[in-house]
Amino acid sequence: MDDVKPDTAAPSDRTPDTPRDPMVVIDGVNKHFGDLHVLRDINLTVGKGEVVVVLGPSGSGKSTLCRAINRLETIESGTISIDGKALPEEGKPLAQLRADVGMVFQSFNLFAHKTIRDNVTLGPIKVRKKSKADADKQATDLLKRVGVEAQADKYPAQLSGGQQQRVAIARSLAMGPKVMLFDEPTSALDPEMVNEVLDVMVGLAKEGMTMIVVTHEMGFARKAADRVVFMADGQIVEVGTPQEFFTNPKSDRAKDFLGKILTH
Amino acid sequence: MLDIIEKYDILGAFWMTIRLAFFSAIGALVIGTVLAVMRVSPVAILRRLGSFYVNTVRNTPLTLLVFFSIAGPYYILQISLTDVNSPTALVDNGIRWAIVALAVYHAAFVCEALRSGVNTVPLGQAEAARSIGLTFGQSLREVILPQAFRGSIAPLGSVLIALTKNTTVASVIGVAEASLLMSEIIENETASVTVFLVFALGFVVLTLPVGVFFTSLSRRLAVKR
Ligand SMILES: Nc1ncnc2c1ncn2[C@@H]1O[C@H](COP(=O)(O)OP(=O)(O)OP(=O)(O)O)[C@@H](O)[C@H]1O
Ligand SMILES: [Mg+2]
Repeated sequence: MDDVKPDTAAPSDRTPDTPRDPMVVIDGVNKHFGDLHVLRDINLTVGKGEVVVVLGPSGSGKSTLCRAINRLETIESGTISIDGKALPEEGKPLAQLRADVGMVFQSFNLFAHKTIRDNVTLGPIKVRKKSKADADKQATDLLKRVGVEAQADKYPAQLSGGQQQRVAIARSLAMGPKVMLFDEPTSALDPEMVNEVLDVMVGLAKEGMTMIVVTHEMGFARKAADRVVFMADGQIVEVGTPQEFFTNPKSDRAKDFLGKILTH
Repeated sequence: MLDIIEKYDILGAFWMTIRLAFFSAIGALVIGTVLAVMRVSPVAILRRLGSFYVNTVRNTPLTLLVFFSIAGPYYILQISLTDVNSPTALVDNGIRWAIVALAVYHAAFVCEALRSGVNTVPLGQAEAARSIGLTFGQSLREVILPQAFRGSIAPLGSVLIALTKNTTVASVIGVAEASLLMSEIIENETASVTVFLVFALGFVVLTLPVGVFFTSLSRRLAVKR
């Protein structure tokens, strides 16, 4: 696994919270929703090629953190930077930065009025200024890779949830992102479709994609994560390798949380 | 009755109604789309301007608007929309100002129809558009508005039907559309129920297909989610 991820140190020879070559740096980030302090002084650095799984009880701020990384949510203090560049405030520079940050949503959010192929080619044509022919060719390759090439001319509503989510991943990949964010990508899926999506994600992780994944799929965390980040009440409570975290959680909150989800 | 039909150009009058409706519908769609974009834009001043327009225009009686369109700009400010020396200048100006007033008025309703369409587009669509790096304008053009238009076809159809019937207001400034001719016939000939029915039927013939067309269009183009 490490030979296809040259940028990443093996999890064992790296201290948990300081990767060598940072891709995403979150520094002292705070955010409130009204009186609710949803992100409390969040510090986290994600290295190039690293896969970080974010875990935590409902309402702990995982989605908010994920969305703050491409500024779908604004923050009140602290900084977030991607590949050395601080997140721009607004406008064109922000749009350009977002093009480098893929995002996969729980509810897929495929463009409902466009075919599967057009969903994948929209960004490359409008943002990356590719020709229609190049974008189509790339879309065909990507749709093949996620196993939905036969559906290219259909509309999102005609696909199963698992297929839609794989298209959403292809749509993000088409932008050639530096990092991909996943916010509970499998929790809206019927159980039999979870694995087809996780398999695509494991493949991406193996190829060296930098990934931040909010998920409760322990199998994925064990198989693909370099580190697990555990959040509770807007704070990062614990960071460790999956092995450390699942077998020997340190905090009571984490023990309590694991006790709940592992007995299910 | 037949002699009335022979004597008066009823078809011509309805043709004027159609022209008024057609051109003011195009104007209303254009202005209404601009207003709708203003009302959903992230710029507060544009949003405020947009809602000011809608609230003002929507609450002004159309008759006043049509009357002032010709009285204000044309008679007082001398803004002519035609070549002043042409023999039909007065008539053409009336028609054109009527179209402007109808377009300006119905733009407010088009805006509201589109905004109700925008509300049918889930927030996730805009977030997905932004997250692949589309700018605000691109997200609107490529993702939000195409879906909003489809979601607002049915209410737009109602606006268009209302507009067609509201063209009758142009008669206050002497535009020779159907309702003006009807008043003329009633004044000069007879106030028979038949005359009234002929004209009412004319409007039904105009608006019914519009309704049927928009209903089927909205079904056909509905965005499946
Ligand atoms: N737009 C919003 N306005 C107000 N409060 C919000 C908003 N979005 C989230 N919250 C609140 O902020 C807290 C954190 O929400 P967030 O969605 O980040 O949690 P989460 O860890 O992703 O939870 P889940 O596992 O349920 O998805 C929650 O209490 C939520 O109710
Ligand atoms: Mg969440």
